[in-house]
Amino acid sequence: MTDQPSEAAINVDIPRQLRVFLVDDHAMFRAGVRAELGAHVEVVGEASSVVEAVTRIAALEPDVVLLDVHMPDGGGRAVLEAMRRSHPQVRFLALSVSDAADDVIGLIRAGARGYVTKTISPDELAAAIRRVADGDAVFSPRLAGFVLDAFAARPDTPVADPELDQLTNREREVLRLLARGYAYKEIAKELYISIKTVETHVSNVLRKLQMSNRYELSRWAADRRLV
Amino acid sequence: MPTEPPRLYRSRDHRMVAGVASGIAEHLGISVVRVRVAFAVLLGLSGLGVLLYAAFWAVVPLRSDTAETPPPRDFFQLLPFVAIGLGMIMVQALVFDSIGVASTAGWLVAIIAVGAGVIWHQSTPGRRQQWSESMSVPWLGAVVEESDRRAFVLRFIGGGVLVAVGIIGVVAVYSPQDNFDAVLNGVIFALVGLAGVGVVAAPALWRTFNQLRAEREGRIREQERAELAAMVHDQVLHTLALILRNAHDVKTVQRLARGQERSLRNWLYKPTASPTERLAAALEQAAAEVEDTYAVTVETVVVGDRETDERVGALIAAAREALVNAARHAKVQTVSLYAEVEPEQISVFVRDRGAGFDPTTVEDHRHGVRGSIIGRMDRHGGRAEIRSEPGSGTEVRLTLPTPGTAGRTGKDHD
Repeated sequence: MTDQPSEAAINVDIPRQLRVFLVDDHAMFRAGVRAELGAHVEVVGEASSVVEAVTRIAALEPDVVLLDVHMPDGGGRAVLEAMRRSHPQVRFLALSVSDAADDVIGLIRAGARGYVTKTISPDELAAAIRRVADGDAVFSPRLAGFVLDAFAARPDTPVADPELDQLTNREREVLRLLARGYAYKEIAKELYISIKTVETHVSNVLRKLQMSNRYELSRWAADRRLV
Repeated sequence: MPTEPPRLYRSRDHRMVAGVASGIAEHLGISVVRVRVAFAVLLGLSGLGVLLYAAFWAVVPLRSDTAETPPPRDFFQLLPFVAIGLGMIMVQALVFDSIGVASTAGWLVAIIAVGAGVIWHQSTPGRRQQWSESMSVPWLGAVVEESDRRAFVLRFIGGGVLVAVGIIGVVAVYSPQDNFDAVLNGVIFALVGLAGVGVVAAPALWRTFNQLRAEREGRIREQERAELAAMVHDQVLHTLALILRNAHDVKTVQRLARGQERSLRNWLYKPTASPTERLAAALEQAAAEVEDTYAVTVETVVVGDRETDERVGALIAAAREALVNAARHAKVQTVSLYAEVEPEQISVFVRDRGAGFDPTTVEDHRHGVRGSIIGRMDRHGGRAEIRSEPGSGTEVRLTLPTPGTAGRTGKDHD
């Protein structure tokens, strides 16, 4: 999924084990992720429902929560909305089998710092978790595509707040390269900027996605009525 | 209102107009031609044939004997009966010198009967459903088919108007010609009568509405369930069985799982677009074929969408060729496909992080690159650029200028 160079995952000289919490209503999947991530991070707990997740995350205060989009009692969104204000230091990474654009965008807008699909390889997932823990955003190629679509430059739509409601050309270029499967390092090389600058652009896009009240974003789900 | 005989039905399978004649024929066990002739002859008696037919149509429920759709009606068969009917009317006109007041009254009564019949039909949901099943003529459907509240109200009002017109007509015909008071009284009387019918029928109608809505929702739910069940049965269970059988063969298991996952995804999240018409659907189909053939994963991201034409078709073919090359030569599990539709151009990027090669040393027999990608794009006014380094993978960049086309259109991603 996120085509991060695998050396990021192999890079094991991290100061301490990251503490990760799993929220997913599929026990099989939780067990699988636990087994795969065991070598990279410390899985401190798991939950299969929103209520359980909220209480246990509050008690454990993990670094990163892996969050399933679809759950019987409200899904990842409900967990995000319950936790965001009280525990701003806990970072959330959405992990889902859903490809529905409005699900994904909705979760990001609710505060998740990134989105990957469940088909992601263990190494890539570990790298993504680390990036989220460091305060960066994780955009899978698919999410990058969704965002480009959401901010599509339609000349006929009024832009209320150019600062928030439009992507800069640079941000657009970075998203395009992400969608093309480039890693940060390669994007930096391609655009002659530093990796740090790439990270800044991606974080800015995430911020715009979360803050913008642009017509398109609010109308997103409606425009793309998914059957 | 004639009451309904216990086992007389209109026939859906042999009907000409509403299946009345064939229904009666079946019921009495006589030839349908005789019944039709009888109706046609009765036309001569002040239009009694039409009147009776309308009455039967209004009150006799429809029955379909077979589940499949009935054979299409052959309206030419109607011609002789229409001719007979017209003949009878002509004879009557000649013999009795005029069609006269009697027949006018007959027609008016017929109108009342039809109007009342239409109204009466609204109050029994079961029968209404049969109506809607029986209607294949669109303009008739507007009158009798149960489709939505608006049509229902329209029909109800239409029936009421028919009744009113009939009653007013009767009053007008039988009142002295210059007495407008009588006509006015007739109108008022008719309106009062209508209002009375409305008040009496309202609760029943309301109940009927709700019943019908619940029924329809139930039907839709049922249909969705059936569709899901069929899909799971036909595809998922089948695939799982194959996976169990091929558990030793990792490549096959991956291919099966990937294909099944994709088709489920499409089924869940995507409105179906035809690959022959839309760019995004065509690219997704090409990616799917390459995935299945070469057992690789193609990460497909498409931003925007547009109709295909010959040039876009060439772009899709070139992109497909690039995917095939990546799948065959790069020796990696994942290939990225990104396409973007902009107002002035379409760009497609196919990227892998595989073996790579030196583009300057591509031998001439590698037609894939030279002919199918570069040549094809050139011929259609586009460009193909191939960037590759041994060891760091390959990216094929295809651009096709699309001057004068409208901008991007919103689309659903995969």
